Amino acid sequence: MINGITVGGSYALIALGYTMVYGILRIVNFAHGDVFMMGSFFGLFCMQFLGMPYYVAFPIAAIATAIMGIIMERIAYRPIRTADSLTVMISALGVSTFLGNLAMVLWGSGTHAFSGFSGITVSVYKFDNVVLSNIQIGFIVLSVLLMMALYFIVNKTKIGIAMRATSHNIKTAKLMGINTDRIISFTFGIGSALACVAGLLVGIYYDAVYPLIGYSYGLKAFAAAVLGGIGSIPGAMLGGFVMGIVETLGASYISAGYRDAFAFAILIIVLIFRPAGILGKKEIDKV
Amino acid sequence: MALLEIKDLQVKYGVIPALKGISFEVELGEAVAIIGANGAGKTTTLHAISGIADKCGGQVFFNGEDITKMPAHKIVSRGISQVQEGRGVFPNLSVAENLSLGAYLRNDKAEIAKDYEFVYEVFPRLLERQKQMAGTLSGGEQQMLAIGRSLMARPKLLLLDEPSMGLSPLITENIFKTIKKLNKERQMTILVVEQNAQMALWVSHRTYIMETGNIVYGGASKELKNQDFIRKSYLGQKD
Ligand SMILES: Nc1ncnc2c1ncn2[C@@H]1O[C@H](COP(=O)(O)OP(=O)(O)O)[C@@H](O)[C@H]1O
Ligand SMILES: [Mg+2]
Repeated sequence: MINGITVGGSYALIALGYTMVYGILRIVNFAHGDVFMMGSFFGLFCMQFLGMPYYVAFPIAAIATAIMGIIMERIAYRPIRTADSLTVMISALGVSTFLGNLAMVLWGSGTHAFSGFSGITVSVYKFDNVVLSNIQIGFIVLSVLLMMALYFIVNKTKIGIAMRATSHNIKTAKLMGINTDRIISFTFGIGSALACVAGLLVGIYYDAVYPLIGYSYGLKAFAAAVLGGIGSIPGAMLGGFVMGIVETLGASYISAGYRDAFAFAILIIVLIFRPAGILGKKEIDKV
Repeated sequence: MALLEIKDLQVKYGVIPALKGISFEVELGEAVAIIGANGAGKTTTLHAISGIADKCGGQVFFNGEDITKMPAHKIVSRGISQVQEGRGVFPNLSVAENLSLGAYLRNDKAEIAKDYEFVYEVFPRLLERQKQMAGTLSGGEQQMLAIGRSLMARPKLLLLDEPSMGLSPLITENIFKTIKKLNKERQMTILVVEQNAQMALWVSHRTYIMETGNIVYGGASKELKNQDFIRKSYLGQKD
């Protein structure tokens, strides 16, 4: 259960990137899993080669990943903003392939360990029959804090109102004087930074990062976003945790070999009964 | 020099021309109307001025500045605010949040506070519904919100796209009374496009008539009201 919440936190953080970008541009950024992977590598690089402690490496890597996400949008999505969804999907797969291969060139195709570089030593606490590690606690606290911060930004700040306006209708948002290109960049930046933090948490938790890690995590986080209702921010958070808990419980009580099957089974079941996802709203067609 | 000057403006959707080179101007303090049937190009005209439709020819001058190629959000900063056809309120935002977006580019807190008061004075309904999601408002209330939101920008020029659309005659009349008041008492320059010729002629000093992408006629609204062809084709009156 604790394990499920921990993993769910990372799904939620990644799912937020999918859902925010979808909310604004109505596109699925299939390269988002690779952004997560690159973020993890950036953080490892900061700790391993630049000798930064984890509390410095996290924000630096997050900023670097945010910048990468913003550049990705500029190059791969902005020029084809008005194109059909097939074109956008091909562009996304191109970015995904590019990032995966870039990681292999930079770091090789093998698995890299975080232990020894992060400066975090694992300690385990026991409460009655619950076992918690300091990494799990840090993981859960950090992911929840980031989600609360995001929720605050989106709902209470001027830029958050502008984001919600842009996601409803870009043209009308422009008529308010909103520089919608900047809002879109901001959205990609935030989504990428969150994915980077997820990448670092996952990397430290499982003590591993490798160039293909983005595929499985990206796919499951995307499923979590759809599960919660794509475009909905609370939906992505909820979907991430549900996904993590279901797959962990399924794996430990039924069969570990079917871990991924549980994740997608729940997605299929929910979509049969609620096609728009748990918290999703029916799309009102824009004229 | 007029506040707004349009010279030979052309817009195409794909290969189909929607504006075939129109020219007109709006003087400071004036209320000007453009009337015409559905599909004449009225909305396209406003979109071209606001910068959300791509122009393929001609020029737009505002306050002497060439804004033809300016991005939409910069045009707002120059003092043009558009109320869209079908209101265009953000249904997923509250009434107060919608109004706050009207003042998105402003930083003068004290003056913004005054404008909230002014908007709530003009449309007391909005004050009652401040915290409500805009999507739950009635059509008339949404129109008030859309106009109120534009007023929050304190525009030099207010563009209105068919404010009567989908509203009952009574509510339409109220909305137009408010528009006239804004023009008369607040000296706000207004360009309104309408299918409802009667209201448009009543509210404006001058009126242009648009047909399939061209301006075919222009003159003082008072005189137009009495022209035979206007009475027949646009006001639906028989002799
Ligand atoms: N987004 C669009 N794509 C293609 N054609 C359009 C679009 N918007 C308007 N048109 C066409 O341009 C012409 C003018 O439309 P519009 O400006 O909306 O007229 P009005 O506001 O006077 O009803 C119409 O023939 C309409 O079909
Ligand atoms: Mg129209």
